Amino acid sequence: MAASAIVPPSPELLESEWKTPDRGKVGITFLILTETSLFTMFVATYLIYIGKSLTGPYPKDVLEIPILATICLLSSSGTIVFAEHALEREELGRFKVWWLATLLLGLIFLAYTGIEWRHLIYVDHLTISTNLFGTTFYSLVGLHASHVIVGAVFLTLVLVVTLRGFPIATQKRRVMFLSWYWHFVDAVWVVVFTVVYIIGR
Amino acid sequence: MASIDYPLERPEAAPREFSFSESLYKWVATVDHKRLGLMYMVSALVFLVIAGIMASVMRLQLAVPNNHLVGPATFNRLFTMHGTTMVFLVGMPIVAGMANYLVPLMIGARDMAFPRLNAFGFWIFLFGGVLLYYSYLGGSGLSGAGSAPDVGWFAYAPLTEKAFSHGASTDFWALGVLVSGFGSIASAINVIATCVSLRCPGMTLARMPVFVWVMLVDAWLVLVVLPPLSAAQIMLLLDRFLGAHFFDTQFGGSAVLWQHMFWIFGHPEVYILIFPAFGTLSEVIPIFARKPIFGRPAMVGAVVAIGFISLGVWAHHMFAIGMTSWSNTFFAAASMLVGVPTGIKIFNWTATMYGGKIRFAVSMMFCCGFLLQFLVAGLTGIMLAIAPFDWQLHDSYFVVAHFHFTLIGGLVFGVFAGIYYWFPKVTGKMLSETLGKWHFWLFCIGFNLTFIPLHFAGMLGMPRRIYTYAAGRGWESWNTIATIGVFFQIAGIACFAWNVIQSVRSGKAAGDDPWDAWTLEWATTSPPPEYNFEKLPVVRSSRPLWDLKHPQDPDWKYD
Ligand code: HEM
Ligand SMILES: [Cu+2]
Repeated sequence: MAASAIVPPSPELLESEWKTPDRGKVGITFLILTETSLFTMFVATYLIYIGKSLTGPYPKDVLEIPILATICLLSSSGTIVFAEHALEREELGRFKVWWLATLLLGLIFLAYTGIEWRHLIYVDHLTISTNLFGTTFYSLVGLHASHVIVGAVFLTLVLVVTLRGFPIATQKRRVMFLSWYWHFVDAVWVVVFTVVYIIGR
Repeated sequence: MASIDYPLERPEAAPREFSFSESLYKWVATVDHKRLGLMYMVSALVFLVIAGIMASVMRLQLAVPNNHLVGPATFNRLFTMHGTTMVFLVGMPIVAGMANYLVPLMIGARDMAFPRLNAFGFWIFLFGGVLLYYSYLGGSGLSGAGSAPDVGWFAYAPLTEKAFSHGASTDFWALGVLVSGFGSIASAINVIATCVSLRCPGMTLARMPVFVWVMLVDAWLVLVVLPPLSAAQIMLLLDRFLGAHFFDTQFGGSAVLWQHMFWIFGHPEVYILIFPAFGTLSEVIPIFARKPIFGRPAMVGAVVAIGFISLGVWAHHMFAIGMTSWSNTFFAAASMLVGVPTGIKIFNWTATMYGGKIRFAVSMMFCCGFLLQFLVAGLTGIMLAIAPFDWQLHDSYFVVAHFHFTLIGGLVFGVFAGIYYWFPKVTGKMLSETLGKWHFWLFCIGFNLTFIPLHFAGMLGMPRRIYTYAAGRGWESWNTIATIGVFFQIAGIACFAWNVIQSVRSGKAAGDDPWDAWTLEWATTSPPPEYNFEKLPVVRSSRPLWDLKHPQDPDWKYD
């Protein structure tokens, strides 16, 4: 056997003092990076196509500023932090309450989007194929909403397993990753809101 | 290195025989990075053969003027499927495959950071490939038009809109490539988390092998630029299925937007594809020149620089659409700039060889081929980056010659160098050097015979993507020579295939470290056990095996 077959541990470097970053944190950070790149393209496309629709309805005629939905979604970033703190201190009761609040706020946001879309489609007759505004509006807001849905599914999952007695305190890392993702979805909404409802109008 | 109280002999486990269904299960259900890496490489080679056959048919068609071997519609499908396959189903799995197999071994880890995500990445990639090829059966769609996609590998709008592309072929193109892209993203996240979090004790970033650095930057590029392509494809699918108007010029949409999004992806993509070759050269040349790599920090810095500069040059693919002269100037200048770090790399590889005790093993010969050919490719690239020059030669065979010099002369040569170098590690068997030399010379001669003449055909005005041409324009002889070259290439590849079969059947045993190398993958058995290292290694320099073999003169004294 060649002498190279084994690398001997060098005396002064013991494994215990060797620390590298948590792989989960790295993974979720770069997942967020790649999602950011995806959203950037849709946002850029929205900006480029502002005012390029050849026919109506135009944004200023039909868009209402979704104040309530925005407040709900943004405050859900706060409630999920409270939930995490509660979990940190192993206060399961509080955790459940804040977690449920986060989920409900997310669902209110989605419900609002549903109502908004229904109104746009049936009353204002704006669909994805009506004009460029419809094309870019439904795809950008829809892309964001689909991310909220994914987040809500995971929130529900955590809630259900917790209510059924799963020791969620053993999963603090994973709860943290979910909360990072949820913050990201919120931050994206700030951009989408600015672009669609403020600049775009 | 006073006392090593560490067993120098490992217990040999008797290899157990597995039945066919047992081993099939082991492969399909595996989450082992080495098996997944091999599966990526084997699928890439299978797709390489398929797309190579398509290329050969195109070359036969173009060998003489007014040829009617295949018709125009078939020809369009051939070059679309050839290009799409080579980029997304050959180049991308080579990136993922080499990173998967080698990165954990080189940094002294037992697996990738997320083994199950890794398996997901491979299978979704393969599913994307199958979806693309299913278009041959299902592409005609309800309206009965078309089979495989025929819109070119960059699928320019508005040709891809429903009005111009009936049937489902374009949908298969968009869906297949989109889905296989998820695989690339999964594998890129994995590579980054592995490099950051799973390095063995002592493996600081500064000591990480250059190959690992290159694959790290490669993964970064994948994460940043693949989503623009996915975004464009999602928009295209929305256009085609829901009647949206992203690229529909009749509703004010923009066909140029597609080009921008495609090339924001497309240009960095060419660096994504060439990086495995860069990494391979950085490992192979030092070993066969018996010198540490010249200018290690500059090599790493150059790769990182490419990882950023290459994001800002995409519109050099679009000079002909008529941009403002400011844009033309900017993108021309940025493209020249990206030549600088690339030049640094070529210089440093050459400087590594300078004054070394060079051994021309087959792997090293492929590296030398790479250096010469990739240099030519870089030079024609710089020529094309000059906007007015590009107006003359855009969409001509000169461009085809340029990017085949990068992709075959560069990537494929680099990958062969890597295969000859790491094959002993992966299989435990040596490849034959004699057959390897036949492979190298036949392939090298064939490649140059095919693609040098195409430069001249292009300069004489031959446009790309034509299925035939009239006699008397001075293109005939160049095209005939090019087609003759293909036979040499096929002969070369046949030697390679025979070499692999021979070696797997009855090759010489390789031992753990046949090349007297310096990085950690050679510190374990060939092939490595499932857990890679029974004890995690601890390193103190960028050449841990050198330190081990030369206890009187270890690298870490000078680090
Ligand atoms: C066996 C060697 C090969 C031959 C003979 C060959 C030949 C060709 C031909 C004839 C075309 C079509 C030109 C036209 O537009 O009319 C083409 C396009 C292309 N090839 Fe190759 N090729 C080979 C290998 C490769 C490899 C290894 C790669 C990449 C890793 C590659 C990537 C491409 C790409 C990206 C295109 C552009 C497709 C398009 O724009 O439609 N080729 N090749
Ligand atoms: Cu380019």
